Amino acid sequence: MLDLALKGKRGYWGWLIFLLVIMGIGLGCYIYQFQEGLKITGMSRDVSWGFYIAQFTYLVGIAAGGVMVALPCYLHDYKAFGRITVLGEFLAIAAVVMCLLFIFVDLGNPVRIMNVIMYPTPNSILFWDMIVLNGYLFLNILIGWNVLSAERKGLHHPGWVTPLIYLSIPWAFSIHTVTAFLYAGLPGRHFWLTAIMAARFLSSAFAAGPALLILLCLIVRKVSKFDPGKEQIRTLGGIVAYAMIINVFFVLLEFFTAFYSQIPGHMHGLIFLFKGLDGHTQLVPWMWTATVFAALALILLIIPATRRKEDTLAVACVAVFISTWIDKGLGLVIAGFTPNPFNRVFDYWPTMPELFIAIGVWATGFFVLTILYKIVISVKEEIAA
Amino acid sequence: MGVDRRQFLKIAGVAALAGLGGKAAVDILAPGDVEASMKALPLTEGKRWAMVINMPELNDEIMNKCIAACHEEHNVPEFGDPKVEVKWLWKEDYHHSFPDHHNEYIDEKYEHKFLLLACNHCSNPPCCRVCPTQATWQREDGIVMMDWHRCIGCRFCMAACPYGSRSFNWGDPRKAPKDKNPDFPTNINYPTRSKGVVEKCTFCDERISKGQLPACVEAANKLKKNVLIFGDLADPDSNVRQVLSKNYTIRRKPDLGTEPNIFYIV
Repeated sequence: MLDLALKGKRGYWGWLIFLLVIMGIGLGCYIYQFQEGLKITGMSRDVSWGFYIAQFTYLVGIAAGGVMVALPCYLHDYKAFGRITVLGEFLAIAAVVMCLLFIFVDLGNPVRIMNVIMYPTPNSILFWDMIVLNGYLFLNILIGWNVLSAERKGLHHPGWVTPLIYLSIPWAFSIHTVTAFLYAGLPGRHFWLTAIMAARFLSSAFAAGPALLILLCLIVRKVSKFDPGKEQIRTLGGIVAYAMIINVFFVLLEFFTAFYSQIPGHMHGLIFLFKGLDGHTQLVPWMWTATVFAALALILLIIPATRRKEDTLAVACVAVFISTWIDKGLGLVIAGFTPNPFNRVFDYWPTMPELFIAIGVWATGFFVLTILYKIVISVKEEIAA
Repeated sequence: MGVDRRQFLKIAGVAALAGLGGKAAVDILAPGDVEASMKALPLTEGKRWAMVINMPELNDEIMNKCIAACHEEHNVPEFGDPKVEVKWLWKEDYHHSFPDHHNEYIDEKYEHKFLLLACNHCSNPPCCRVCPTQATWQREDGIVMMDWHRCIGCRFCMAACPYGSRSFNWGDPRKAPKDKNPDFPTNINYPTRSKGVVEKCTFCDERISKGQLPACVEAANKLKKNVLIFGDLADPDSNVRQVLSKNYTIRRKPDLGTEPNIFYIV
């Protein structure tokens, strides 16, 4: 089926070349970082993880969010989603590829990455994250590819794929739970030390993932003859609405515990994000932007008329994507390191090379996504013809 | 009498090593070292190393000498940039070292009294728990060690350490500014690190294996005795246990359950 990705119109090739150029710039910056070390980033001994790990965390959510198509389809026999499960699976593949690349570019010693496999360490959550992410990638490649090639031949997918599909559903939950455990089990990092972290991660993932999927479905409909379907998009809109409500509710729970208990360590992270701490207010406008977008998304998603209308639903999905990205892809990691173990606040902001590397990884993910979606579209058009 | 099987085997092993030409072999590899280790055998046999820092006796001169001795011994370069600095032993005031002991009426002379900080060599170290490659691990004698040749530089240990005791090589230490480090590397018998690995205090494992006290303790002793006291917590008659039984001591963030092994006399 890969050959289908080699036949495309000018717009398709133009988009791929555009992504390749951005990937090239990112690669150039990465070679610079590889030679000089991570000192070319904005990270420091006080904020020792930054933009890379934050993007990784956000994208694990996008990858996990794909399950919101598979789950209703295979566990609730919601047939309409059968048409788009492969879109969810291929989105997960692209997202996990980005996750793995973001981990890779964050390593101080990337050439030693195989040490994680050569010295397996079950007490390290990072070891488990490596297992669940690679496993999820593998599952989605197997499932997506086999389901699609069976569909192309007009057959039902082979029997051995079915247990893998059922396995992939709890596996999606596991990737974001394990990623939350990276943060939620560290003594002395109060902002992260919360039992609801995994639940928060999952709820924001199930809002952001399907929101991105809705936007992708709308783009697919525009650029091809394949229509993912009105009903499908509408159902996804309902899922985004519920998940976003739960996500905002969970964030408010964090506020209650911190500010009713009045324990300084629990309040510091939230104060830093929304008001600024010791005069450091860098993230405050971002977090309020996220709040405004979350409110806008909730309004558009809760009112049935705006949720069902595709234009306003698209606006809501963009708002969900931006809001959850600021929350997880920016605020979460930096606030976890603020204040530092000495109760001091240090600013962190990504440098230009750091941003270009990150954008390069995003471009790589979209490159993979474009090729995979091109194959899906060609197969679907072929069947329809 | 009083010699169990384990001790007997140890004594027999040392005797065999010295008797059967083992000393000659060691002499070729590391001349003079074997005498030192045999003379001071007790220092190499600790079960739980600990340090007591006598805060009232500390002064700037002692602290600076300790830090210089440590950083020279271990080739820790000066970067002159707090963002990327590497530090094994450093000065910090009481207020920031013990942020949970806050008291707004505390006297200025205590509040901003400086003391020495390093890795606490916790008995329950979160850094070792999170390391995905066992590049940092706890030895049987309690020392939290680092393998700079295995570390992949993921910095999970830095996120896990509640004491800010770990430093990352954001750049190549051998490219540290020459004007600040004219003699770098300061100790040719100790490795320099490569960029992209985490490092920290190791309680001078390389020295105690030779029966020598850690470099900072030795440096402090030259100026004043009993400011830094290093010894074995597992031995009820050890120097550190005696000091701990006679003085009121505190540890950094004990409520996190990490069981730090650096104690401060206030």
